[in-house]
Amino acid sequence: MLDSLGKLVTESGFAGFFSNPDGWRNLVMIAIACVLLYLGIKKQYEPLLMVGIAMGCLLANVSSVFMTSNGQLPDALYHQDLWDRFLNTGAYTVGYEEYLHNYGYILAEGGLIDILYIGVKAGIYPCLIFMGIGAMTDFGPLISNPKSLLLGAAAQFGVFFAFFGANLLGFDAQQSASIGIIGGADGPTAILTTTKLAPELLGPIAVAAYSYMALIPMIQPPIMRALTTEKERSVKMTQLREVSKTEKILFPIVVTIFVVLLLPSTAPLIGCLMFGNLLKETGVTERLSDVAQNALMNIVTLFLGISVGATMVGSRFLTFDTIKIVVLGLIAFAFSTIGGLLVGKLMYKLSGGKINPLIGSAGVSAVPMAARVSQKEGQKANPSNFLLMHAMGPNVAGVIGSAIAAGFLISMFGG
Amino acid sequence: MSIAMAEEAVNAAAEATTGRLKLDIGGNLLDAVLGYLVVFIGLSLLMCVVIIVGKIMVAKTKKPAEAPAAETPAAAATPAAKNLPAAPGTAGEVKIYDTDPKDAAMIMAIVADKLQKPLNELRFVSIKEVK
Repeated sequence: MLDSLGKLVTESGFAGFFSNPDGWRNLVMIAIACVLLYLGIKKQYEPLLMVGIAMGCLLANVSSVFMTSNGQLPDALYHQDLWDRFLNTGAYTVGYEEYLHNYGYILAEGGLIDILYIGVKAGIYPCLIFMGIGAMTDFGPLISNPKSLLLGAAAQFGVFFAFFGANLLGFDAQQSASIGIIGGADGPTAILTTTKLAPELLGPIAVAAYSYMALIPMIQPPIMRALTTEKERSVKMTQLREVSKTEKILFPIVVTIFVVLLLPSTAPLIGCLMFGNLLKETGVTERLSDVAQNALMNIVTLFLGISVGATMVGSRFLTFDTIKIVVLGLIAFAFSTIGGLLVGKLMYKLSGGKINPLIGSAGVSAVPMAARVSQKEGQKANPSNFLLMHAMGPNVAGVIGSAIAAGFLISMFGG
Repeated sequence: MSIAMAEEAVNAAAEATTGRLKLDIGGNLLDAVLGYLVVFIGLSLLMCVVIIVGKIMVAKTKKPAEAPAAETPAAAATPAAKNLPAAPGTAGEVKIYDTDPKDAAMIMAIVADKLQKPLNELRFVSIKEVK
């Protein structure tokens, strides 16, 4: 009986904190997971994903504490070493060829989250989320004011600025591209790009992307006020023209054909986004549209959050690179906002003061938060100002823009 | 062999084994500018496509609208139509739950017909499909 009791104690996670060389890192990660849970639940920072990410992080680190004498993690829900073997990276470059891109080993030897993570690795979850976003998005404001697309393009400035900065800080091209895409302010796009280019950075990049998206109401307003005058911010824009149903149906078809032919690597994201939107606009597939934007979206969000969070294992997350990623992510967001605002100011000048430059900052994707920030700042300058629908144009253009930016980076550095 | 050459050789060996690419500052800047240009050009071209499609659609919807407009002067000339007073009241705003707007319009028209009252003298609060 004493032996059984002793075995129970030595094999417990509590003992693992001391016996496992990475035990202290797991302990720190458990604390970080609790902070993220607090931010998600109490502060409501993107709670739908943040709670899942935090819980995934907690589960991965709690279950990875106990290590057997031969270095195995029998109770772990997520095995970083298994995925290193899958990619033939880290300590598993030579002699592990049979594991390379072999999902069979993951299914046979993996834990629950390893199996859920297959959906991230294969790029399924981000695309399904894009389908749901498409089914929820009204592209009407963009169709009625196509110039919004320029603002959506301008607001990708931060992506390439951060890409440049990350390279200078010593990251390789694939890692820099993954860090840069944080500036697209689009969670699924960031996750898909990182999974394809630098999967070892997925945890910190996902956390940085979703945290900054939640912080947009704090990050953007000071930049908006610094770069625009009171006169510019108080500009009232004229009402948008009404968009016919036929135009709304044609839009996803035209965008799919045009953008995918232009940049084939955007096919998964743009294809799913536009498919979801087509389901919404046809009017004959209401049931499918409903599933895409509700049931399917919720299920995929659950799996995505928990499996991305699980990649935040102590040995990988607690590095100086994570701090650099967090800083570069903030720079990416700020410069994307600046890019959108500067082109907004240019359009203000060219239109003779008819366009409010504040709608430029909404080009950073993050639908509809960025558009709401533009509306709020515009109304502060002029209480009778209603910019929301005008800002929704650049906002949804930003989704297409970030998908194109991701497609470019994947085609350049995806090997 | 200089240090720079040795570093280059190490980088090339690392790239060959991991597939990872290390960019020098020039290549880095070039890729960043090229990427931004691709996004800008792509979305600018898409903007042109959307504008063209929009113009075609607006032109198509204008044509049928102009045709009845041309007939209106003749209709307006009839004194009976000219002196017709506008019916008082309003249908107000009706809330529709799980009902197609066309069906809702049809229901309102039927009710008005059965009651023998003009539609704008009736007030519909909500229409809901009972499942």
